[in-house]
Amino acid sequence: MTRYALFALFAVLAVLAPFQIYPILLMTILCFVVFASSFNLLLGYAGLLCFGHAMFFGTAAYLSGWMLKHTALSIELCFILAALAMAALGWLVGLISARRGGIQFAMITLAISQFVYFLLLRAPFTGGEDGLQRIPRSALFGVFDVSSNVALYFVVLVFSVLAIALFYRIVHSPFGEVLRAIRDNEDRVESLGFQPERFKILALTLSAGLAGLAGAMKAAVFQIATLHDLSFHVSGTIIFMTLLGGLGTMTGPMVGAALIVLLNDELAQFGEWALIIQGTVFLAVILFFRKGVVGEIKARFWKPAKS
Amino acid sequence: MTSDALLSVENLHAWYGESKALHGMNFTVRPGELVTLIGRNGAGKSTTLRSIMGIVGKRTGSIRFDGQELIGKRTYQIARAGIAYCPEERAIFSSLNVSENLTLPPVLKPGGIADSDLLAQFPNLQRRLKSPGTKLSGGEQQMLAIARILRTGARFLLLDEPSEGLAPVVVKEIGEQILRLKAQGFTILLVEQNLQFARRVADRHVVVENGVVVDTLDAETLRTDMDRVKHYLGV
Repeated sequence: MTRYALFALFAVLAVLAPFQIYPILLMTILCFVVFASSFNLLLGYAGLLCFGHAMFFGTAAYLSGWMLKHTALSIELCFILAALAMAALGWLVGLISARRGGIQFAMITLAISQFVYFLLLRAPFTGGEDGLQRIPRSALFGVFDVSSNVALYFVVLVFSVLAIALFYRIVHSPFGEVLRAIRDNEDRVESLGFQPERFKILALTLSAGLAGLAGAMKAAVFQIATLHDLSFHVSGTIIFMTLLGGLGTMTGPMVGAALIVLLNDELAQFGEWALIIQGTVFLAVILFFRKGVVGEIKARFWKPAKS
Repeated sequence: MTSDALLSVENLHAWYGESKALHGMNFTVRPGELVTLIGRNGAGKSTTLRSIMGIVGKRTGSIRFDGQELIGKRTYQIARAGIAYCPEERAIFSSLNVSENLTLPPVLKPGGIADSDLLAQFPNLQRRLKSPGTKLSGGEQQMLAIARILRTGARFLLLDEPSEGLAPVVVKEIGEQILRLKAQGFTILLVEQNLQFARRVADRHVVVENGVVVDTLDAETLRTDMDRVKHYLGV
């Protein structure tokens, strides 16, 4: 009952929020919540540290931006197609990297992300250093105008809720259990008769698809897609968000994403000092909240049932 | 090679990196048998089980199981051939609760024990289904580690020191479970340091020393010729 009440409260707040808070800020939070969840699926549940996760986010931003700008496709189709394309890229990255674990997996994904970075830098449709600018917001289903920030907010909200629901379903499925078991002891999982790399490839595929959706939405929100979106800085930021919120917790990385976006928004006025303050926060979290904000709260106040 | 053997290990060599652990193991296990590998610490008993499962870095020689050659196969393929492995450290998944640990292994072959029957056979687990797997006592963890491999349908079990670090009363209980599994038709290859335990459950004992088999004792010899056994084990 409490859970339903919380959902209802969240729904009411989510509907009222854009009328009280700047919708772009809210949409940024939602995009990074989805992006952080996608990263959490890999690192938090499968134990795979993808050092180049921004390649899915940034490439999807370009794809979505290009489709919005140069085709007549409706906005939701652009989001979905970009996410599916990133799922395919994730599958490909998985084929190359899934037999490896630990630091090797991290380095392979970093190398591939650098390759994708330079590919997009050279590609004729990306606008080079300038990126894609003035990306239009096509009509929803080709009918409903979502060019205003508030209207787009509701589109982004629906996609984000669906993405989180998918993430929840994945991690609470038997597939999610196998992922957690792989994180605990991959050899043992294989000795039970599973082929772990198949699960890792599927996890990477799903995670890349979710990250792609986040990137696609971000392109529509800011109406710009640049190389920064797939830079190592963004990959690092998503690691930071995940650790800040609580690795391996369902909601931790979402909270971490929201906190970082809000922090950046507040600190924007301090210019370069923002990075120093962010670093200090990261250090404090590592020292005093080793399980992340949600992880620590869960450890201190939530006790599992004895039986 | 014995033609009626279910498992036949011939001239098995195994390495951990540069370090060689097995130097030409030879032994067989017949269907329905319970065979123990006994020997001193570091003799190569656990490595033998890990080699059968394909978990060691490199292995050469021959391991034939039910007509199939296992050398060259990957661990999951060996599991799918019908071998289940319960490692020494039990390897309960810390992120999963008892119920999830129990039902995680896939059903690979027909003939696996149904979940409800598993809980009837291991009643201690029934009461702890929602507990984190690693919060169980050592004995309960051992029961869980054995129980969960039974649902895969494998009929050949590799058990690595199931009695290690457990109180005598729990060891007795584990022994009864193992004998029950044998009575159900499982073939079992058991690594064991506890001679009393080994003597109670096994049909045959394969003595391992420095990575080779130095003797094979039947159950009667182990009971009557303890001096010979003590010589091998240095006890």
